[in-house]
Amino acid sequence: MEQPVLNVSKLKTHFFTDDGEIPAVDSVDFHINKGEVLGIVGESGSGKSVTSLSIMQLIQAPGKVVGGEITYKGENLLTKSEKEMRKIRGNEIGMIFQEPMTSLNPVFRIGNQLIEGIRIHKKWNKKKAWEHAISILKLVGLPRAEELMNEYPHQLSGGMRQRVMIAMAMACDPEVLIADEPTTALDVTIQAQILELMKKLNRETNTSIILITHDLGVVAEICDRIVVMYSGKIVEQGNTKDIFQQPKHPYTIGLIESVPDVRVRKDRLYSIPGNVPKPGSIHKGCHFAPRCSFAFDKCFEEDPVLLDAGSNQQARCWLHEDEKKAAVLERVNS
Amino acid sequence: MQEALLEVKQLKKHFPIEGGVLKQQVGTVKAVDGVTFTLHKGETFGLVGESGCGKSTTGRMLMRLLEPSEGEVLFDGKEMISLSKNEMRHLRKDIQMVFQDPFASLNPRHTVEKIIEEPLIVHKLGNKAERKKRVKELLEIVGLSSYHAKRYPHQFSGGQRQRIGIARALAVNPKLIIADEPVSALDVSIQAQVLNLLEDLQKELGLTYLFIAHDLGVVRHISDRVGVMYLGRIVEMADSEKLYLNSKHPYTQALLSAVPVPDPEYGKDRIILTGDVPSPSNPPSGCPFHTRCPKAMDVCSSVVPEFREIEPGHHTACHLYEEDHV
Ligand SMILES: Nc1ncnc2c1ncn2[C@@H]1O[C@H](COP(=O)(O)OP(=O)(O)OP(=O)(O)O)[C@@H](O)[C@H]1O
Ligand SMILES: Nc1ncnc2c1ncn2[C@@H]1O[C@H](COP(=O)(O)OP(=O)(O)OP(=O)(O)O)[C@@H](O)[C@H]1O
Ligand code: SF4
Ligand code: SF4
Ligand SMILES: [Mg+2]
Ligand SMILES: [Mg+2]
Repeated sequence: MEQPVLNVSKLKTHFFTDDGEIPAVDSVDFHINKGEVLGIVGESGSGKSVTSLSIMQLIQAPGKVVGGEITYKGENLLTKSEKEMRKIRGNEIGMIFQEPMTSLNPVFRIGNQLIEGIRIHKKWNKKKAWEHAISILKLVGLPRAEELMNEYPHQLSGGMRQRVMIAMAMACDPEVLIADEPTTALDVTIQAQILELMKKLNRETNTSIILITHDLGVVAEICDRIVVMYSGKIVEQGNTKDIFQQPKHPYTIGLIESVPDVRVRKDRLYSIPGNVPKPGSIHKGCHFAPRCSFAFDKCFEEDPVLLDAGSNQQARCWLHEDEKKAAVLERVNS
Repeated sequence: MQEALLEVKQLKKHFPIEGGVLKQQVGTVKAVDGVTFTLHKGETFGLVGESGCGKSTTGRMLMRLLEPSEGEVLFDGKEMISLSKNEMRHLRKDIQMVFQDPFASLNPRHTVEKIIEEPLIVHKLGNKAERKKRVKELLEIVGLSSYHAKRYPHQFSGGQRQRIGIARALAVNPKLIIADEPVSALDVSIQAQVLNLLEDLQKELGLTYLFIAHDLGVVRHISDRVGVMYLGRIVEMADSEKLYLNSKHPYTQALLSAVPVPDPEYGKDRIILTGDVPSPSNPPSGCPFHTRCPKAMDVCSSVVPEFREIEPGHHTACHLYEEDHV
């Protein structure tokens, strides 16, 4: 079997707050292969951004990675120094952040911001870096690339800024691109342009992409494989097609059912009762149990482990200990 | 024949752009530029469109939170734009609003009881004991409990806060609720709860909704009829089913095709629009969509297409459907 480009194993990132220790990322395992598009989905606060910031080692106090391994090309990133990480960020692993304005500096021209990374990582002179930056802006479909180099971020529309961010993350040909909600703030017609662009980059440069989103439609559109997070943990993972056809975790089933569809009008929306728990607020048993309509005694006693649920799919749910129990889910799915 | 509750005719809002040291007017933002539609009693009318197309401005004018630049609004047959603030007070009771950000719209220093009671005090309804009773009743209507009354907004999750906002809007028995992106800030699993609640309340209380949102799936789910806005105008309006299954305007078609569908097996021909939405301070001549329209013709850049009924109950503003071009 081929070696994954990036492997995350037993990652734990906790926040040490006045209210106590919050396990925002609670023993998370996943990997991404060369050229693959992996989706991480989950609701607000489930730990998606903290997971990606942990990979980049950009977690700030009161947060701290307290356990696990992040293996990139055979080396554990968690043992790297800040200086070594700086070489990896941008050059090897690019990132598009959830807050676009945090990574674009409002007082510098687009061009200067773009060539900075290229010059550091590729050790090119200014002229060569400038030309490369223009070619990347063209690659991400921006018109008037030469002129844009001399403009400031506030002169661009939201969609154009997002393209510049992608250009910046792609400028040094990273092996892996982590995109945290890259289209959430954009209109659907602009989102469609950006998703097309990401598909094209993945196809043409074979870059592996980790796409973080809460939008199941976006995931279905471009991801090969999906990881579903709930309350700091991965609750289900598998191929996109399998997860949408046969979700194996009651939360995933509920989530897919809750989405209103533009193609058909459902009579009544399915809705998961209750609220999304804060990480660390549930101390015993399955974190989904208070909202789960399939919960049985064991669910309230013991936290489930990820169990095989058929066709390369895994689910953190006790129903999969026993084929007879798991059969209830089949009935719901059909 | 359905009875009209609210008739909006050629409603406009133009914001002046001031500039220079003398604060002279240097331009105009045509945020809403001639919007016409009717809300029938008991129906849900969805208003969709991309960021900045004028949805919230329209809603705020109907609440009289903003003064329209031009146009007419009839509520229950009565013209309301010319009413004074004082005369407006009675009507206010009949029209209530639910906002996008449940946190920003609730006073953090007030208990839930005080928040929900406020409109009752403003409209001088009931004595203290009656108001307390009504608050408890309202909390239960929206799926919360009476023991929540003494808590503060920050002690609630996003979905629960939106329920509080809905309870406050219902307090004075309104006829019309204007909901501006009421579920956009909520998680998917919570969004479904709030949409179901709104549907139940409508059935029980015979409410009429103007539902403003950018999520086309949500709008299809909740609306009986839908208007699609682009650059301050409604470009297409029809029954929800008609609009989604048989849209006529090229912008509606592109918008619908751009929505990602939660089904990886679903192959579709996507219309990818090029370019960005033009600024409402400098809208294109002719058809406002002609700079991005895949079907634009010569006439489109110079002549504004008229908003007309092209089939019973189906309106659109596009030269493709005018007799001499068919
Ligand atoms: N600075 C912080 N201090 C304390 N807790 C934090 C901090 N940042 C994050 N957390 C905790 O980490 C959890 C996960 O946050 P994260 O930002 O990863 O969520 P997310 O899945 O990206 O959500 P969203 O969809 O809203 O972006 C939060 O629920 C919160 O409890
Ligand atoms: N007070 C104001 N002064 C000047 N321009 C304004 C003002 N309020 C709104 N606008 C402009 O009017 C246009 C319409 O704004 P509006 O808030 O109605 O859009 P919207 O459709 O609700 O968008 P969104 O989906 O982002 O909420 C925008 O271009 C906006 O910048
Ligand atoms: S382990 Fe139990 S409570 Fe948790 S998801 Fe499975 S059935 Fe539901
Ligand atoms: S009037 Fe012309 S430009 Fe406008 S939508 Fe119709 S075809 Fe397109
Ligand atoms: Mg996040
Ligand atoms: Mg708005």
